Amino acid sequence: MSDVNTAMVQKYRNDFLKEVEENVEEGHWVKMCMQCGVCSGSCPFGPDWDHPPQEIFMMIRAGKRDEVLTTESMWMCTSCYNCIVRCPRELPITHIMHGLANYAHRLGIAPKMNPTRRFAKIFWNNIAKTGRVNELALSLKLYFMDGFMSGVKNALAMASVGIGMLKTKRLNPFALISHKGVKNPKELHVLLKKAREIEDRRKGIAS
Amino acid sequence: MSENKTAVYVCKGCGIGDRLDTDQLAKVAESEGKCSHVRQHDFLCNKDGVNTIRNDIDGEGVTHVVIAACSRRAKTEAFGFDDVALGRANLREGVIWVRPDTDEARETTQEMADDYLRMACAEIQYMKQPEANQNAGTNKNILVVGGGVSGMTAATEASKAGYGVLLVEKTGQLGGWAAKLHKRVPDREPFADPHDTGVSDLMKSVELDKNITVFLNSSVTRTSGAPGQFSIDISAESGETVTDNVGSIIQASGFSNYDANQLPELGYGNSPDVVDQAELEQLAKQATDGPIKRPSDGKEIESVVFVQCAGQRSNKPGHLPYCSGHCCNTSIKQAMYFKDANPDVDTVVIFDDLRTPGNGEDFYRSAQRKGVIFTKGKNQQVSPINGQLEVKFHDMILDEEAVAKADLVVLATGQVPNSGVDIEQATTLDIEEEGGESEAPAEAATSDAQIPVDSILNLTYRQGVDLPHLRHGFSDSHFICFPYETRRSGIYACGPVRRPMDIAQTMEDATGAALKAIQAVENATLGRAAHPRSGDLSFPSFRREGCTQCKRCTVECPFGAIDEDEQRYPVFNESRCRRCGTCMGACPVRVISFENYSVDTIGQQIKNVDMPDEFDEKPRILVLACENDAYPALDMAAQQGLEYSAFVRVVPVRCLGSVNSIWVTDALNSGYDGIMLMGCKKGDDYQCHFVRGSELAHERMSKIDDTLQQLQLESERVETYEVEITDIHRVPTLINEYAAKIDEIGMNPFKGF
Repeated sequence: MSDVNTAMVQKYRNDFLKEVEENVEEGHWVKMCMQCGVCSGSCPFGPDWDHPPQEIFMMIRAGKRDEVLTTESMWMCTSCYNCIVRCPRELPITHIMHGLANYAHRLGIAPKMNPTRRFAKIFWNNIAKTGRVNELALSLKLYFMDGFMSGVKNALAMASVGIGMLKTKRLNPFALISHKGVKNPKELHVLLKKAREIEDRRKGIAS
Repeated sequence: MSENKTAVYVCKGCGIGDRLDTDQLAKVAESEGKCSHVRQHDFLCNKDGVNTIRNDIDGEGVTHVVIAACSRRAKTEAFGFDDVALGRANLREGVIWVRPDTDEARETTQEMADDYLRMACAEIQYMKQPEANQNAGTNKNILVVGGGVSGMTAATEASKAGYGVLLVEKTGQLGGWAAKLHKRVPDREPFADPHDTGVSDLMKSVELDKNITVFLNSSVTRTSGAPGQFSIDISAESGETVTDNVGSIIQASGFSNYDANQLPELGYGNSPDVVDQAELEQLAKQATDGPIKRPSDGKEIESVVFVQCAGQRSNKPGHLPYCSGHCCNTSIKQAMYFKDANPDVDTVVIFDDLRTPGNGEDFYRSAQRKGVIFTKGKNQQVSPINGQLEVKFHDMILDEEAVAKADLVVLATGQVPNSGVDIEQATTLDIEEEGGESEAPAEAATSDAQIPVDSILNLTYRQGVDLPHLRHGFSDSHFICFPYETRRSGIYACGPVRRPMDIAQTMEDATGAALKAIQAVENATLGRAAHPRSGDLSFPSFRREGCTQCKRCTVECPFGAIDEDEQRYPVFNESRCRRCGTCMGACPVRVISFENYSVDTIGQQIKNVDMPDEFDEKPRILVLACENDAYPALDMAAQQGLEYSAFVRVVPVRCLGSVNSIWVTDALNSGYDGIMLMGCKKGDDYQCHFVRGSELAHERMSKIDDTLQQLQLESERVETYEVEITDIHRVPTLINEYAAKIDEIGMNPFKGF
């Protein structure tokens, strides 16, 4: 367990709801859930979740900290916003799911091999480097994240799509070497660092 | 008045003149109906038509009027001549609108119309214009039994409308349960916080009201009479009794708290820290917005669990099967007592279904905002462990056993109505005591018998001392569509005695009951019926010399309107009567009748149709249709252009309960091939406007099979149906199917005898 995590456990003792309210994006909405289950029923991936959103809210209220933060459930969210649209209590469920995932990641207890989490990391590193997404590099990195052999397999499977994109000039093969980022990426890096400092200070996570 | 003079008016409007031969109709009325005064009019319901009738009544001394036009349910204002006896032949909805406009159909359609005119002419000979009840009482004061929120609200509302009120309260103080509350569930925007109950203001306004006389420490020890002329004894605890008269009565006797001692599994009785909602109100009152303290040791409470549906919504013996409606909102309110005083107190509400009527949804949300935790759970068990309470329950969302610890547990128990004696149970016990006919073994009956309950009204009625109970011991006060109306005319139940409810609903309820009580006294004064035949001036009378004292009328009257004198003759209390005619249907010697509705008015209609002989292949089917549901359904079917057999003759009746079996035998004897009886839905979820009428009719007709067998007739010749007012498409189908069935079994062999 990470130090941040231990610190948080000590800070909030058994009041996980309060911890969520103070640290998770839109976490103050969790208490407003009325357990109708419309979110779980609306989720296109609902049956594949270990714990659908409604259950996660109940677990938070029941103080099941480890179970909530280490589950892969909220990493399943595809941001389709069906639940937000339908929630009779107007909870921003999608945002809360991402907030929870992000919080678990920051505490260092999110499931390490979760593909969504890994992709999110790849994406972040990619975009934070130059300020613009290098799509070709991003795809290749994703295909090859499990090793060379599976990378080749993945790439071949997507070959026809790739060729199609090439033909219609939706893909630039030279982007690998000549990706154009923002004018001054160094300033961007400073900006991101500062933003992170501010957020950490607000949440009381020492960095 | 010298002599009856009957006039018949045949309308030619709405297509009647095009589809039917009205000259022929006029001839029928003259020759067969024996009416000399017959007129035809192109548009009878217009000013000219109505004036024609009016002038004949005023100028020519017409006393009986037959209008052959549309249904009796149409144009009631235009044809509302209340100074004559009035009959209607339904040529529009009853004939032309349900028949195809073809050459082949013309003959049978005309026959239908001719018959309806014959029937109307026959009926009118036996009708008298109702004269209104001569024994009407004129007392307009209102008795309110119960001094809680429902009683006080009813009293002030009646008083504001200018009526005198006697308010009887059993205890030494007004206010009831509501006066014991710390605060109430909000009744106004933004529905976010509990606020003052307002009961003390209500109490003050009752005490200062000059129209209201309050009797404390008193109860009603005798009630007799009828709307407009009730006589009541009010006895104080001291033994002093006052006798007074009132016009109508509102029973607002409220509820008692369910006895939580029956819930040992929820820890009640095992620990003083398990309380019910009423006890928590006391604790909160003592704390006056400060921290609430534990009953056991006075420690400030840091955590509290509310257990919803404690001993209710459950089929376990001793539990209440119903939802008391207020308890979810009440627990939310009580959780706020804690949160408002100190947001750090843990408050958990364990619910099965959270039901927050009214604007409770906003209140619920407000509680969530304040940090009250709501957990869906079942099968709670509460046990004291190490100076705390442990609530075990099954978490229904996570589907696992869970435990919550608390300093205090509040049980949301239900409301038990104070509805007095269950008169139906009381009568079965009486019969047994007399060594009577009950088939149930004595043991079973005694085990069912409960602790004797004090009567609320002490009615001196034949049917029993209190209002009949409906379900779960609540006063019957909700016969279909008509809240507050009970089966005892002029007595209205309101508040939690008729169904569980909270303060807001109770106040609305009490206002409604006050209005009904006012209507009752006003109608009674004019000698008119109360709801549902509101305004009816007719009333039943009986031929004493023909009566065999069989008591069927007194027993079967759904409203307890008929008592018995010392010789066991029926005593009709006209003001209590709802004019349904169930007594008339019950009477085996047919001595009961109304001025404009009797065994003869219907019997003559049945006899006066033209009966084709066996070889004409024109069967005749009699339909006796309840005027409340079946007849309107037939009218509406006609309005929608649905067609049915030309062989039926429909006779509206006040209630299927008024159908006397003589009509059925007469009809079969005079050659009808089949009889359809259409009444309302019966049983527990009855829709009969007179509660028991339809059920009684079904019961009586189930016994008609013997008669049919004696006559060597098929049992299909008499069928009983339950028809709802919405069965617009079903009714014509029923008729057509029945006509096909009659076709199959063949003609009635009694034709022509």
